[in-house]
Amino acid sequence: MNAAFRIPGAGRLSQAKTASFSFDDKSYTGIEGDTLASALLANGVHLVGRSFKYHRPRGFLSAGAEEPNALVQIVRDDARKTPNVRATVQELYDGLTANSQNRWPSLAFDVGAVNDIASPLFSAGFYYKTFMWPKSAWKSLYEPKIRAAAGLGVSPDRPDPDHYAARYAHCEVLVLGGGAAGIAAALAAAETGVRVIIADEQAEFGGSLRFESGARIDGENGFAWAQGAIAKLKAMDNVRVLPRTTAFGYYAQNFVGLVERVSDHLKTPGRELARERLWQVRAGRVVLATGAIERHMVFADNDRPGIMLASAARTYLNHYGVAVGRNVGVYTANDSAYAAAIDLKKAGVNIAAIVDLRDNPSGSVIDEARGLGIEINFGRAVVRAGGKLRVSSMTVQPKNGGGERTVPVDAILMSAGWTPSVHLFSQSRGKVAFNEETRRFVPGTYAQDCVSVGACNGTDGLDATVEEAYAAGAKAAKDAGGKDSGIKAGKGTKPTVDAGESWSRGMLGAAPGAGAGTTVKAFVDFQNDVTAKDIRQAVHEGMHSIEHVKRFTTNGMATDQGKTSNMHGLAIAAETLDKPIPQVGLTTFRAPYTPVTFGSIVGHARGPLFDPTRRTATHGWAAAQGAVFEDVGQWKRAWYFPKAGEDMHAAVNRECVTVRKTAGLFDASTLGKIEVVGPDAAKFMELLYTNPWEKLEPGRCRYGIMLREDGFIYDDGVVGRLAPDRFHVTTTTGGAPRVMHHMEDYLQTEFPHLNVWLTSITEQWAVIAVQGPKSREIIAPLVEGIDMSDEALPHMSVREGKICGVPTRLFRMSFTGERGFEVNVPADYGEAVWEALWAEGQKHGATAYGTESMHVLRAEKGYIIVGQDTDGTVTPNDAGLDWAVGKKKTDFVGIRGMARADLVAKGRKQLVGLKTKDAKVVLEEGAQIVEDPKQAIPMKMIGHVTSSYWSENCGRSIALALVAGGRDKMGKTLYVPMPNGTIEVEVTGMVFVDEKGERLNG
Amino acid sequence: MLLIRCPYCEEERPELEFRNAGEAHIVRSANIAGESEDDFEKYFFIRANPKGVIYERWRHIHGCARFFNAVRDTVTDKFVMTYKAGEPKPAKLPGASK
Repeated sequence: MNAAFRIPGAGRLSQAKTASFSFDDKSYTGIEGDTLASALLANGVHLVGRSFKYHRPRGFLSAGAEEPNALVQIVRDDARKTPNVRATVQELYDGLTANSQNRWPSLAFDVGAVNDIASPLFSAGFYYKTFMWPKSAWKSLYEPKIRAAAGLGVSPDRPDPDHYAARYAHCEVLVLGGGAAGIAAALAAAETGVRVIIADEQAEFGGSLRFESGARIDGENGFAWAQGAIAKLKAMDNVRVLPRTTAFGYYAQNFVGLVERVSDHLKTPGRELARERLWQVRAGRVVLATGAIERHMVFADNDRPGIMLASAARTYLNHYGVAVGRNVGVYTANDSAYAAAIDLKKAGVNIAAIVDLRDNPSGSVIDEARGLGIEINFGRAVVRAGGKLRVSSMTVQPKNGGGERTVPVDAILMSAGWTPSVHLFSQSRGKVAFNEETRRFVPGTYAQDCVSVGACNGTDGLDATVEEAYAAGAKAAKDAGGKDSGIKAGKGTKPTVDAGESWSRGMLGAAPGAGAGTTVKAFVDFQNDVTAKDIRQAVHEGMHSIEHVKRFTTNGMATDQGKTSNMHGLAIAAETLDKPIPQVGLTTFRAPYTPVTFGSIVGHARGPLFDPTRRTATHGWAAAQGAVFEDVGQWKRAWYFPKAGEDMHAAVNRECVTVRKTAGLFDASTLGKIEVVGPDAAKFMELLYTNPWEKLEPGRCRYGIMLREDGFIYDDGVVGRLAPDRFHVTTTTGGAPRVMHHMEDYLQTEFPHLNVWLTSITEQWAVIAVQGPKSREIIAPLVEGIDMSDEALPHMSVREGKICGVPTRLFRMSFTGERGFEVNVPADYGEAVWEALWAEGQKHGATAYGTESMHVLRAEKGYIIVGQDTDGTVTPNDAGLDWAVGKKKTDFVGIRGMARADLVAKGRKQLVGLKTKDAKVVLEEGAQIVEDPKQAIPMKMIGHVTSSYWSENCGRSIALALVAGGRDKMGKTLYVPMPNGTIEVEVTGMVFVDEKGERLNG
Repeated sequence: MLLIRCPYCEEERPELEFRNAGEAHIVRSANIAGESEDDFEKYFFIRANPKGVIYERWRHIHGCARFFNAVRDTVTDKFVMTYKAGEPKPAKLPGASK
């Protein structure tokens, strides 16, 4: 029952609560509170993965978020297969299923390991050098093969069934990191009464107090103190405690992104639980208490399973009660590994030897180790590890050379020193500074309102850490509260450190035996398989900036972002370049600190919630009629209304013919509508549109063109003048928001002297277009108070009255070329009025038509659509709309722009009609036009097709096009080369139906 | 996400509520139709694009909808100050050494 490497009495987990799990289809038993890593180690399993490039067997390097090796796939069901989960972070639950990655056919026998034997071929910059030629082979051969071989794990092939929550939060003090420093800072800040959030990536707070067996605070064991302090913080109303929460990004103005893992640790996450929750926190002050990460020693074959960081082994023992071996070797360049050796020795594990690179270190831990009878070798190096699937020995040599001795071991603990975790500080745009004495980068110049405390600040020793953190927490609360807040720090009691551990120093770079001139595989970056040799080679091949070395070797570019490797890599590059470390520079840390799921970023914004959907008042009616909808921006618009047996082509043909023969109803509600009101409304319209407005009589309409200052068409629409001081402006469907923005811009900043108000009324009025010869007969019976005769209500006029008993703004206008009306009614009555009009229409054989027929009908009349027939480089003249520009006007937006030399030059692209010589051929929109189809490729393209349709009314295809000098080419034959042949076209006018416009008026 | 102080709402609000509207204090000529090609080019096309302090327009589009002016450092992304549309370019910036 009890796993072989679980030590009775050691660790903090309750042995009674077991959890069974499987790894690569083999069942094991762990304990609740284990990570997958500790549970596997308890069962003596070290081999858990294969490396990225060489497929080398790998085990656990760490016990935390920095893990580069132990990446596994966690499988819950077919849709929930999470790849690249760090086994050192994944909490165990009963029934957990994990698989190893990047191996075939099995973890112990992996064919891909041939890459390891062939490794001289795969040196730094291998991809850049090898796959350069033949060039054509890249797409067909190299890239597919490389992509198939690359990557770890397998992504699920089904949509993510989980949901992800998101929260915004505000606080005066945000504490990132829940070790001794973070807790002390949070206590001090919380005692002042300000809002405090403290987050830690682990399930339990305590940080390195998890393994520091010697720490005692306020009279109790350090870890127990941490749990008590967190319980106290949790009980305070002004404090939010977030375990399992990683701060992954530090953005501008103390905006910090955190992701909370809500249910990945649960056996059966309830449907009501999110998988993860994104916290976007705006903090007055941020306290960075992110600690430090231990570095490995860089020596030959330092990646064999069983070789791990000393602090990791100590965590597995002191927290999880797991011994990582029975006969353990230690290789170190600083004191902290001694503490691990001492703890293991006391737990009954044999320490084969401590190999210390330093010549004559002294200190209490060294004395204690010696007192326990542990063999200590100063001034010596481990030059090689033996074993393949598990380390079996370490070969020891005096560091300046000499006789070798091989010591049998089943695990090696290593420590090259500690790297302050300045990732978030660096993300905040703070500048790190290199401390020559301790040889580490620590926070230097701050860019934001934050403070670093404890190990991440280079502060050594628990006492100094708690002292510094408590003071910083109190100050942060006071500063965030502001001068007048009355916040007084020091109400509480600073925790007293009774005993703590302290160490610093260590070494950077390759250890003896892996230095210059050697070709051994001494790994710097485990996750990307980068060795010390690779980095030296990169420098020799001309990469002199650390940024180049990084990209050439990929050192630090894996998902662990070089948490253990960056400093070693930098030191090796600096040594090879013979430059001091600060001159070589540190690469910039970027978000995210650890990988973040797409789900947590996306949150609820997926599927139907990805973007708002806008529906018109008649949507339900149209859907019931079997309409097919199309997306127009956020709007759902009825595209066409097929009858039984009709395809789109047949439906559109019928709709178009019926509109011109009798009548059609069309929902035009999505058109943008803006009410321009005020004593200066006409003056404002004069300035924003090219047309004259002052003399437009109330009750009349005009087609308006809006330009940008550069003279190009920006929008268009029919404008009705309801009263001397009131205009009802319509815009394109897609243009409504930007036209409003454009109008507001000029009103507020260029013409603020004008007394005008602008109101968006797009959603207030439903618009039902009734078009066709019978349109008046359909509307008239329902209208009250408006004389519908041609004399009283001619084309391009507007009246206010009632329809079906509700208010209407009734426009007589046409986008089809037929007698037409647009019935505006309050949106709430839109559906009812539509149904009443539809019932009347049925008496005359009217049809409902959709956007496709609307497009065809308007193209038959040569009415342009801004954004389809214009593209932001078309002037009114280019579009043949000179008639809509007020010739006597002295100012309007665009008046100067459209007079620019290039815009009035000859040969500009002009909008014309095109008729294919073969009437049955319908051109493709966007197709390019040439004058001479026999010219050499690339041909000179003189324009392109902007609109093209089959016109059942004309019995042929019709098209609009922008053609250079188009209006001078009337009647000329041009050519549209297509993949399956060249199409002949004739340049024509833009009006294909009723050129004289007689139908408009009656 | 930046925090921007709207001088009309007199509140710091998140960047999501705002839209940048380009460089500030560019005067549209009262006689724009009569401008020379060079003057129009300067007015419409040429922008300072400085490294450092920029005077620019923002709109509190998802708030009070007002346009206003802001002084921002393009290197640090920090807002030095904001002020209402129509107010003159500040002669002295808060915290400036000169």
